[in-house]
Amino acid sequence: MDAIILQILNGLDKGSAYALIALGLTLIFGTLGVVNFAHGALFMIGAFCAVTLNRLLTLSHQVVDETRTDFLGNPLKVDVPYMQDIFGEATGAAIIDWSVPLAILFSIPIMIGFGVIMERALIKHFYKRPHADQILVTFGLAIVLQEIIKQIFGANPIPTPAPDVFRGSFDFGTMLGFDPNVIIYPYWRLVYFGFAAIIIGAVFAFLQFTTFGMVVRAGMADRETVGLLGINIDRRFTIMFGLAAAVAGLAGVMYAPINSPNYHMGMDFLVLSFVVVVVGGMGSLPGAVLAGFLLGILESFASMNQIKSILPGIDQIIIYLVAIIILLTRPRGLMGRKGVMED
Amino acid sequence: MFGLGKRDLTLFLIVAVMALFAPFILNPFPTDSGMAQFNAGYPDLMQRFVIFGILAIGFNILFGLTGYLSFGHAAFLGVGSYAAVWMFKLLSMNVIPAILLSMIVSGLFAVVIGYVSLRRSGIYFSILTLAFAQMSYNLAYSVLTPITNGETGLQITLDDPRILGVSATADGGIPVTNLFGLEMRSFETLNIGPWAFQFSVGYYVAAVIMLISFYIAIRIFRSPFGMMLRAIKSNQNRLYYTGLNARPYTLAAFVISGMYAGLAGGLLACMDPLAGAERMQWTASGEVVLMTILGGAGTLIGPVLGAGFIKYFENIFSKINDQVVHGWVSFLPDGLEDLVVALIHPFVGKGWHLTLGLMFMLIVIFLPGGLVEGGQRISRRLRRKPAEDDAKSASTEPAE
Repeated sequence: MDAIILQILNGLDKGSAYALIALGLTLIFGTLGVVNFAHGALFMIGAFCAVTLNRLLTLSHQVVDETRTDFLGNPLKVDVPYMQDIFGEATGAAIIDWSVPLAILFSIPIMIGFGVIMERALIKHFYKRPHADQILVTFGLAIVLQEIIKQIFGANPIPTPAPDVFRGSFDFGTMLGFDPNVIIYPYWRLVYFGFAAIIIGAVFAFLQFTTFGMVVRAGMADRETVGLLGINIDRRFTIMFGLAAAVAGLAGVMYAPINSPNYHMGMDFLVLSFVVVVVGGMGSLPGAVLAGFLLGILESFASMNQIKSILPGIDQIIIYLVAIIILLTRPRGLMGRKGVMED
Repeated sequence: MFGLGKRDLTLFLIVAVMALFAPFILNPFPTDSGMAQFNAGYPDLMQRFVIFGILAIGFNILFGLTGYLSFGHAAFLGVGSYAAVWMFKLLSMNVIPAILLSMIVSGLFAVVIGYVSLRRSGIYFSILTLAFAQMSYNLAYSVLTPITNGETGLQITLDDPRILGVSATADGGIPVTNLFGLEMRSFETLNIGPWAFQFSVGYYVAAVIMLISFYIAIRIFRSPFGMMLRAIKSNQNRLYYTGLNARPYTLAAFVISGMYAGLAGGLLACMDPLAGAERMQWTASGEVVLMTILGGAGTLIGPVLGAGFIKYFENIFSKINDQVVHGWVSFLPDGLEDLVVALIHPFVGKGWHLTLGLMFMLIVIFLPGGLVEGGQRISRRLRRKPAEDDAKSASTEPAE
């Protein structure tokens, strides 16, 4: 029992990342009808927003500390971040410590701007082209973005710590009456899950309860009619693209402490997210979220030792296996709508 | 002749002559000149030209004719390599059985994957093939380590049985891949003046096989079977309405194309008997797609051109480093020179993938028909032929 709960918890954070990326992917697909292979790159850029902000905040200058000496007896030079000069020592240190959550604010305008520019400059020209062309051009873009990041930040993963408060783990088992230290779970992963839940909820609420969302939903159902009613649906879809980019970027920002950002993390997640979207059903938002969590949890179950000893290697292929089975038995995915991409 | 039309025959002969004289054609700069680094006429690179040419020709049979975009073709390449290396380990170092086995194994593999994946089309097909390829890649790294030797890659060793050959040569070395005694890695150098031309056995074996594959591809393109595949691309529903089942045809195309990929993988192993799982990674699949698109999907010569183009630039660009660039622009004033070098730096050497990605995007955006279409446009402009009626006859819209 405790093992099962632990695996469900373990699956949640990866599942959250899958769900967030898949949500953006399917949002783009549902609105613009574009298959975006560069979505993983957006996730990666989000993570590097966190890295960038962390580096900006820790920019520092050297100050000679007369009271202390280094091992040669010279006065010790201490790096003092500018943040501590501006905001005072305690506040400055706190700001640096909280750089990852702060990066959320930092990344939203960047990601939305990036998404809008990408849509206007590139994707716009591919609405009427075949899906193969869309896949190829965004695949090319993904390579370009990935290489640019590699040139700037290097090929090695960059550790980006979470705030001190969230370091360490939390004993979930004692809350449910299990022995201590059986079910322990890092705080940050719990934060990640909560964050993902909030973002997903916000996206759904935005689409469901605002006029803008209503128009977008109408456009997803019948783009032409909405256009005929005198609404500039293209502009709204562009904004949705920016939003989808922001969702992927935020997923990346918050993922930075879990997995040190490296330039190919986007590609790693992209393939899986596509599988998630297809399992959930192309163009179905709830399907993407459901499938994201489902596959994340399944993956963590498959990596249990008891299961691996029966079916070796199952943890490596479980997601693909499930995707194949689902695609063959339920061609529309778990919650796919009729008539979407059925050719 | 050979059952080819006049134009096809000309094309085939041109390709054959180019392949035959490649060591000369690709070696235009004297060995000691500064331009020598742009020469492509050395065995290793020429072999890659033709081998990846085979891969792209095969991919084109599937993608160019039926329009099914497979994103998992590298899996067949990898499987072919493994099969060939196992043949070297167990049977003999002769390349013929290795190539045959790699084609058979990848063909069987393609039957299984194709049977499942071809139930869906469009993006779903792409994702399914991608899923299968990633599965094979992950399995090759984990559970199948006894067969694939995991991260180290499968190699031939001194204690392999090699039933029809020797485990080790007389002087205790690992035997070399050969074709009835002709060693793949051996080559002759012909010195004419400042030029040095290299003729490698491995290259000519691969080139002959490439020509055979190219010939078969032409025949497929011109056959009723090829027409059928084109019909599937333009309107599959109509085929169903006329009472024809498209799936056996697509499956056949998929298996043929998988066998081409397996053949290419086997040949790679023949030239260098080593097989690693990274050959199956999905970026490798993406590269095959790129080659075909770059050259021109659905055309005969396009994929070969694309494969050569990419492999050439991959090789040349990744060799250029800052010093080389400094050498080129040394005539500029110092500050400007550094600026130019700094501007070029991200695109060459290790940054070659950036150039590749940009090229990929530019081609898809501006030249969806690839190099072949580019060539046609240029020749049309040169001849000052009215472009319209040409375009009209070339593209027939499927009636809805």
